[in-house]
Amino acid sequence: MISIPMEFGLILAGTLFVLGLIGLMVRRNIIFVLMSIEIMINAAGAAFIFAGAKWGEPDGQIMFLFILAMSAAEVAVGLGLILQIYHKFQTLDGDTVSKMRG
Amino acid sequence: MILIWLIAILMIGGILAWISQSWHKNAPRWIALIAAGVDFVLVAVIWLQNLSKVDLTGQSQWLFEVNYQWIPQWGISFFLAMDGLSLLMALLTTFLGLLSVVVSWTEIKERVGFFHFNLLWILAGIMGVFTALDLFLFYFFWEVMLVPMYFLIGIWGHENRIYAAYKFFIFTQASGLLMLLSILGLYVIHGQNTGNYTFNYFHLLGTDISLFTAAWLMLGFLIAFIVKLPAVPFHNWLPDAHTEAPTAGSVILAGLLLKTGAYGLLRFVIPLFPDISELFTPAAMMLGVLGILYGAKLAYAQIDLKRLVAYTSVSHMGFVILAVFSLNELALQGAVMQMICHGISTGALFILVGAMHERIHTRNIEDMGGMWETVPRMGGVGMLFAMASLGLPGLGNFVAEFLILVGAYQVSIFWTVLATVGLIAATVYSLRIVQRVFHGEKIKDWKIPDFNVREMVVMGSMIAVIVWLGLFPQSVLNTAKHTLNSLQQRKVIEQTAWQTDSQTLNQNTSENKTIIK
Amino acid sequence: MLELLWLIPALPFAGFLILALFGSRLSRQSAAVIGVGSVGLSAILTLGIAIRFISSPPADHAFSQMLWQWISVDAFQPAITLYLDALSLVFIFVITFVGFFIHLYSSLFMYEEEGYSRFFAYMNLFVGSMLTLVLGNNLLLLYLGWEGVGLCSYLLIGFWYKDSENGYAARKAFVVTRVGDTAMAIGLFLLFTSFGTLDIQKLLQQAPQEWTINSTQAVLAAALLLGGAVGKSAQLPLQTWLPDAMAGPTPVSALIHAATMVTAGVYLIARTHVLFTLAPAVQTAVAVVGALTLLMAGFTALTQRDIKRVLAYSTISQIGYMFLGLGVGAWSAAVFHFMTHAFFKALLFLGAGVIIFVLHHEHDMFKMGGLRKKLPVTFWTFLIGSASLAALPLITAGFYSKDMILWYTFAGEQGNDWLWAAGLAGAFITSIYTFRMVFVTFYGEAQAEITHKPGMQLKVPLIVLAVFSLIAGFIELPHTLGHLTLFSHFMHSALPPTEVLHESVSLELLLQVIAAIAVLLGIYIAYHIFIRNRSIANNLTASGPGALLHRFWYSGWGFDKVYDTLFVNPLVWFAKINRNDFIDLIYTGIAGTSREFHRQLTRTQTGRLRWYATGIVIGAIITITVVVYL
Repeated sequence: MISIPMEFGLILAGTLFVLGLIGLMVRRNIIFVLMSIEIMINAAGAAFIFAGAKWGEPDGQIMFLFILAMSAAEVAVGLGLILQIYHKFQTLDGDTVSKMRG
Repeated sequence: MILIWLIAILMIGGILAWISQSWHKNAPRWIALIAAGVDFVLVAVIWLQNLSKVDLTGQSQWLFEVNYQWIPQWGISFFLAMDGLSLLMALLTTFLGLLSVVVSWTEIKERVGFFHFNLLWILAGIMGVFTALDLFLFYFFWEVMLVPMYFLIGIWGHENRIYAAYKFFIFTQASGLLMLLSILGLYVIHGQNTGNYTFNYFHLLGTDISLFTAAWLMLGFLIAFIVKLPAVPFHNWLPDAHTEAPTAGSVILAGLLLKTGAYGLLRFVIPLFPDISELFTPAAMMLGVLGILYGAKLAYAQIDLKRLVAYTSVSHMGFVILAVFSLNELALQGAVMQMICHGISTGALFILVGAMHERIHTRNIEDMGGMWETVPRMGGVGMLFAMASLGLPGLGNFVAEFLILVGAYQVSIFWTVLATVGLIAATVYSLRIVQRVFHGEKIKDWKIPDFNVREMVVMGSMIAVIVWLGLFPQSVLNTAKHTLNSLQQRKVIEQTAWQTDSQTLNQNTSENKTIIK
Repeated sequence: MLELLWLIPALPFAGFLILALFGSRLSRQSAAVIGVGSVGLSAILTLGIAIRFISSPPADHAFSQMLWQWISVDAFQPAITLYLDALSLVFIFVITFVGFFIHLYSSLFMYEEEGYSRFFAYMNLFVGSMLTLVLGNNLLLLYLGWEGVGLCSYLLIGFWYKDSENGYAARKAFVVTRVGDTAMAIGLFLLFTSFGTLDIQKLLQQAPQEWTINSTQAVLAAALLLGGAVGKSAQLPLQTWLPDAMAGPTPVSALIHAATMVTAGVYLIARTHVLFTLAPAVQTAVAVVGALTLLMAGFTALTQRDIKRVLAYSTISQIGYMFLGLGVGAWSAAVFHFMTHAFFKALLFLGAGVIIFVLHHEHDMFKMGGLRKKLPVTFWTFLIGSASLAALPLITAGFYSKDMILWYTFAGEQGNDWLWAAGLAGAFITSIYTFRMVFVTFYGEAQAEITHKPGMQLKVPLIVLAVFSLIAGFIELPHTLGHLTLFSHFMHSALPPTEVLHESVSLELLLQVIAAIAVLLGIYIAYHIFIRNRSIANNLTASGPGALLHRFWYSGWGFDKVYDTLFVNPLVWFAKINRNDFIDLIYTGIAGTSREFHRQLTRTQTGRLRWYATGIVIGAIITITVVVYL
């Protein structure tokens, strides 16, 4: 097997995470925000797998399974919320939905 | 045991008053009256019995004490004790407490039960403050009197009551927290020194503290007390709180809450930190004189009558600071007299203003004038207490102020002379009250009733007390003498003397406990 | 008999209590009976005690009676003790007798006024306090009386309280005298700190032993007591309250502001004379204050139109004589003048009161005129009083007492030619303004109709006081006229005699003649200007420096204006600008700052998810940076 150096993997995970983060910060549409969060979670999962591969331990993959389960739950709740928000406000713009007056 | 009863009667009376509201609308009033009355009679009996006894030298200054374990792990005990000073303060508390129930009889119309609950609980807190000798317990009572007072101002006060209540609460609470820090500091230092972690006053008395630490610890106590007293520049809560509070609230604030500050100085600051207190004397005298003159100036400038009276308190309590830190018998006796006489005379002025407000619904002196003809009794009473406030000989305040000034003169001539100038200022503002309210042209055809029987009984008793204090102050002076003497001796004699005193007391206490068992 | 001493002040106090408590329910008659009666009983008692005291003097010529221990703290042991000696006897005699006649007079004079019982309550309180003042054996008890009379003076000046002018005058009187009282209080602190007692007799014994002459302590103590005396006795520079005090009812002016209270300063200095002897500089100051005051007030009295103000300034001026006497060590002479002055000045005030009474509150002399025929009793008694005030030689009491002061001022050990000259000039001016008052009021053409006749209660006091104004002088005659020293001999049991440098009957006679000429000349000038030729006066004051001087004197030498500009206005201004207490700004500042913080921080709580996320990211970056690099 060709072994990929862990640094590459971590750089990939980091890049994905940053992309997700930027998406989270700049996008107004809540669906895109949710997708960005999804990317960030997966970036973190990837980092676990790379690390697990590096040390030859199963822990990384176990953690990824946890993350997978959690993100599935999160997507379910998140989409439910989005549906509710759209139902109530007729928009998916996160800023207009804000009711707080600071 | 009697000490616990004194507090318990008030607390139970308060709860009963609250509950009884649903039975009959006057029930809380009567219950409060009975509770306060019983307490007053009890304290008065104690005082009369001990009138001769406390004068004896060589006897311990403490008349009663109760000491129960409360939270032994932390060295906290339920330790109450009463000496001459506490006794006088308790007498003042119950006397003014009784009067404030009477003056609220018609003024308070809403939530009567809760009002009397608060009133009695404040009194209970004050009574606790005046008798607690466990520092933790002291702090506990200090807070107990604070919260009901907040409600008293905030619920039954005048127009700007919420603001005033907050201001009162924040000032006293913040300064109280500083005191808590100091108490804890003292506790920890004493514990580290001796291995005995305790809040017991007598154990903490001789604590060996470095001068620098002691200065900080004293500052914590001092700030709590002089905010309460109040000394310029910490006096700003006072005019608002006094002005906005209902009459009973103002009477208790001026007559009693301020005295807890003075009492704290006498009971805790001076004995716990004798060296630092002495170093602090010049600054304290300056604070006192500043209070006297600045308070008088502000009093003169006011157009709200109640505010005017409130500022006179600042001026009069300046004398107390001056006296406490002069630390000789004359000045200290003067301070005790001033605490009592100011409580009575200012209390009476507040009652007068309250009665006026009840009748003409304003406190603005520009809307008054020429009322003597219509309400001669009010005029006469007002005149008398204005005279008391300016220190006319023959009334109690004169004895107090003269003793203070004579005593302070031996410490600092400069500050005493300035303080004496305060007497001129007192003349100016006191005469202004009489002139603007009762004398001068009638600005309108007043159709208001004069003092009724209930009010005359209140005023009559206060007049009797203030005149009696002016001509025969000796019974009060004798009662306080022992406490004040030991306070001075502490300054002179080395700390060994303290320990023997506290040991004898502890023996007494343990004997007491066996009796109780 | 002497054991009844305590009743003398107690009776008026009892009268006050009854009137104050039940006054509103009493009829006018019973109020008057209680008010006048209590003082009358006191007077009778005083007479009995005086006879007993003179016929068989107690040991040391003094009697003291301790009533109770007032305060006992440490070394501070003032007791309520009454002390009767020659000095206090003279004072209580004058207070109760003159007081009684003035009370009697008031019972009719005030009859129409509302607050009749209140008036008598205050008057009784005054008499009680004044008696306490002079009987107190302790400076603190004296101070009690001292402040008590100040209070009564305040209450009575402002008796007609509905006019705020009166209230202002009353407050001015109280505050200005309080300035002096404060000095006196500091003096008491000093004395107590030095000697550990405020008992007057002990002080007077200890002071010469412990203090050297002209020591700082002695000078300070004497100066501070002088401060109190100056305030109470309306001497320079605290004299401004007395003319305004004339706003009170006339009997009040007669009793408080002429006969008794204003002479409390004289009493104080005489009582503590040892301290002043120890401080010669201050004693000289007493004399100088007296001399300046008597001249200043004399000139002012020349120009007043209000009859009561003329009398007020003449009171200031006559008390100036007493101070002059005290200042040169002529203690008995000063007390003698106090006594005669009490008689004739009370008489003059009561006479003026009758005029004001019958003319419906007319105070302006120039609107009176020609009252000689209409009010014969008043005229003759007023004339006697005026003659006594002007010190008309030989027949009046005022002559003997004033002459005694002038003689000691010239010949006494501490005397001084300049002070004597001032006194002589004062006597000259006194006779001018006195007879100006008489001539303008009683001679000339009638300006106003009188509406009712004065009753017996008004006339009897006038006649009695007129008799006293004439005969009271005969108990003390100078060397040139029989040399009778009943009074000064009596006083010497309490006050030291005055040392005389040049004892010479011919010199004394010369001085008397000079003084007599000055007085007669003054009367003639008054006669010339105010009866023969009124236009002279008008011409003098019409223009130029005369008018300027007139205005200056009329305003009381501008003292009021100076005090207003220097003290009153700045203080009032300072009080007004800072009504809301700038210290409060600190706390509102703290509150405002925290509120501003709160406002700024809430702005970050936008509710926008993206902002929060950005916040988290920035926070994370900062934290990581800190952790990694530090």
